[in-house]
Amino acid sequence: MRSKLESALPFGLLFPSVAFLALLIVVPIGQAFLLAFQSETGDFSLSAFQRMVGDTAFNEAVRNTFLLLFAIVPLQIILALAMALVIHTRLRGQTFFLYIFAIPLAIADLAAGLVWLSIFTERGYLNSILHHLGWIQQPILFLSYQNPQGIFSAIVVAEAWRATAIVLVILVAGLQMIPRDYFEAAELFGAGTLKRTWYVVLPLLRPSLQTALIIRTLFAFQTFAVVFALAGRTLPVLAGEAYTWYYSNRNPAVAAAMAFLILLLSLAATIVYLRVLRVREEEVGR
Amino acid sequence: MKRFTHWSPRYLFSRVLLYGAAILFAVWVLAPLYLIALAAFSRRQAIYVYPKPLLPLDFSTDTMTFFVTSTGVLSSVSNSIIVALATIVLGLLLGAPAGYALARFQFRGRDLFQIALLVTKMFPIAILSIPLAVSFIQFGLYDTLLGVVLIHTAMALPFVVLVTRSVFFGVPHELEEAAMTLGCTRWQAFLRVALPLALPGLAAAAIFTFMISWNEVFAATILTVQNRTLPAQVLTQLNDSPIYYRYAGGFFMIAPALVFIFIIRRYLLNLWGPMGK
Repeated sequence: MRSKLESALPFGLLFPSVAFLALLIVVPIGQAFLLAFQSETGDFSLSAFQRMVGDTAFNEAVRNTFLLLFAIVPLQIILALAMALVIHTRLRGQTFFLYIFAIPLAIADLAAGLVWLSIFTERGYLNSILHHLGWIQQPILFLSYQNPQGIFSAIVVAEAWRATAIVLVILVAGLQMIPRDYFEAAELFGAGTLKRTWYVVLPLLRPSLQTALIIRTLFAFQTFAVVFALAGRTLPVLAGEAYTWYYSNRNPAVAAAMAFLILLLSLAATIVYLRVLRVREEEVGR
Repeated sequence: MKRFTHWSPRYLFSRVLLYGAAILFAVWVLAPLYLIALAAFSRRQAIYVYPKPLLPLDFSTDTMTFFVTSTGVLSSVSNSIIVALATIVLGLLLGAPAGYALARFQFRGRDLFQIALLVTKMFPIAILSIPLAVSFIQFGLYDTLLGVVLIHTAMALPFVVLVTRSVFFGVPHELEEAAMTLGCTRWQAFLRVALPLALPGLAAAAIFTFMISWNEVFAATILTVQNRTLPAQVLTQLNDSPIYYRYAGGFFMIAPALVFIFIIRRYLLNLWGPMGK
């Protein structure tokens, strides 16, 4: 009797979270499916998707989302890798620098957008700095709707600032799992810093890079508040359009269709990363 | 001899380069925070000043006072705090037992559950919040703080489980077993031995949960009309508010987050480290 109770214990402990997640994650996804694929009469229908695709902002939103993804994610990986390698060399104040570099982890995407608004806006700090340096006479309109490249760059910078931290933390944790002997052996055989990084660190870091790439790409498909803070709807993105369809246009069906599209893109990206950066069993650091 | 090579010009050069890079990165992270603080603590009229001074010559709480006394802001702040605290309680009540089970027991379906947790972290918030908004209307949960708490808990729960799992991993199982051989029941052993040792880690999980909830904007905006949280309030006022309101709002959201991340800095690597073992 007692042992039976014992073996049931883990399932009892798991049950509350499983039930909750089923109710608040699995059920809503089913409902989203119904919302997106059902006509008002309850039949299967693609009309929500047709409306979504037919909207003037749709193509632009898809394009912008992917362009932002391609601009931001590689930048974040390179920046985070550089920061992680700096942290990993035994410099004094290692933990202090890690804390500083990780601060943006705690910052909301909306807040990050507002931070960079204060910098990029017409009478903002960037123009002020350039003026103090005597490099410009008139303020540059970085965020004007007539300057789409300016808006785009501002969003890329804000996202690189905010969300590099998560990649950094993943990479630092990954670096710590690589045994010191590997670096020391490479050093002993005369490999310089660059060679060590390229031939020893990067291959061993592959599982962490994979995790970081997946997480960042999934978040990139959801980019929304940073864009709203800096550009409003001047630069439409997928998640922002989902919000607008629900909130401003009062159309949950099209909003759900949009959310479905984001989910499909997320799944596709994950599968691609898992395939392309296949991590073999023996490579998983220990 | 060793000393000599350590102070060779090449070594010095690489050290200078390294610290230079570290300081440069630190400035990249900190400078924007300094600037938003500068903007939030200027007079409101300072937005017309150009070029702006880069030092706090014009320190004033005028902008922040204006923000805090604007309609809806104070209540949204208290809503945010209530929602985040309730999310912590619910998240830990639901998640900590699961984390404990994962740390202590081998059982069928253990790996499946862990994979499912990772998968649930993947789902875009839009696909959860839009249908939930529709069904919350039916259940009377729309525009209530409870509704926001529920979705924030769903978002935070996978993290809570994974963090509490690693927390309980760090508490030696042998201690509990020893307590049990000395006559404690399993529950007493947990309560008197494992729980006190796990408290700092659980506190870190709680703070992390607070940050998830405090920062979340999409679901909070979709699910509420009157009972806004702070990010939802600022987001919906973006187009109708003066720019200094937005600076103050940005700073107000960031300030507590800075304190929190400082408190949990030792746990950062655990939170996002590889989820393998």
